[in-house]
Amino acid sequence: MSLDRVMGEGFFTTTLDSLTKWGRSNAIWPMPMGLACCAIEMMAFAGPKYDAARFGSEVFRFSPRQSDVMIVAGWCTYKMSHAIRRVWDQMPDPKWCIAMGACASTGGMHRCYGVVQGVDNFLPVDAYISGCPPRPESVINAIMKIQDKIKEEQSMSLDS
Amino acid sequence: MNSDTKQALLQKIRDKLGDDLHEVYEEYQYPLLRINRERLHETCRFMKEELHFIYLNDVLGTDRFTSVDRFEVIYHMISLRDQQRFFLKVFVDEEDPVLPTVTDLWTSANWNEREVYDMFGIRFKGHPDLRRIFLPEDFKYFPLRKEFPLLGVPGSLELPSSTPDHD
Repeated sequence: MSLDRVMGEGFFTTTLDSLTKWGRSNAIWPMPMGLACCAIEMMAFAGPKYDAARFGSEVFRFSPRQSDVMIVAGWCTYKMSHAIRRVWDQMPDPKWCIAMGACASTGGMHRCYGVVQGVDNFLPVDAYISGCPPRPESVINAIMKIQDKIKEEQSMSLDS
Repeated sequence: MNSDTKQALLQKIRDKLGDDLHEVYEEYQYPLLRINRERLHETCRFMKEELHFIYLNDVLGTDRFTSVDRFEVIYHMISLRDQQRFFLKVFVDEEDPVLPTVTDLWTSANWNEREVYDMFGIRFKGHPDLRRIFLPEDFKYFPLRKEFPLLGVPGSLELPSSTPDHD
């Protein structure tokens, strides 16, 4: 059928790698791990004003099985860290992680015994966002950083 | 809030306790009474049954970090009938941090006393279920004591394994 009709006489060539990376980087579905006030800004990021659909990230998936990037938004206690790690382990590869805000990145103002001082203590974080809480633009910036990262990595050869 | 009612209630407590009422702070809107810890349970019963303080709002602890009478435990109770709010305070020594429970009077004291036990290690004699309420049961420290380091003891709380289960 129709490839002829769509493309007419023309054709284009590409590598499988860049096709995969193009597809992956423009459909990063976030897993919202909203733990505190950062989650409100994360919701604004998905809303119409900031329009995450421009980056293919508007589909917030509440199932780890269907998502590509986990946005840890808020401060994380030692008790919660086990649940977060469990959700993270259920996400299929390839997957990425964003530490949103000062608390998720470093512990922030919660400098106390019950709060993990940065979720990178138990998660491989790809992008950190500063701010308390960060503006939705910063989340878009982090999504764009993840897109750049996806475009740079050797997707097919390393994901075997 | 009627201050005549407050004074009448205070007078009843003074008559009841006599010298065991050590201090009365009235600078604030609500009176705070420091009493002898030996008469704590008796006073609580008196407050509930005679003075109609049927609502125990909170039980909280404080670490004063002094060599004698190190801890204090404050009982915050409310009389809905008289619209009064009273605080009872007792000192607890570090050597023997034991107080009688008031769960037999107010059931709401159950979790509050467990929290004070969790944070300060003050035990409540007669409590039906004195376990830690926030921290893991094998946690060895009492975090709101002043000598506990701000960032905790490294390794005392477990982080998840960073190796996934499936491979």
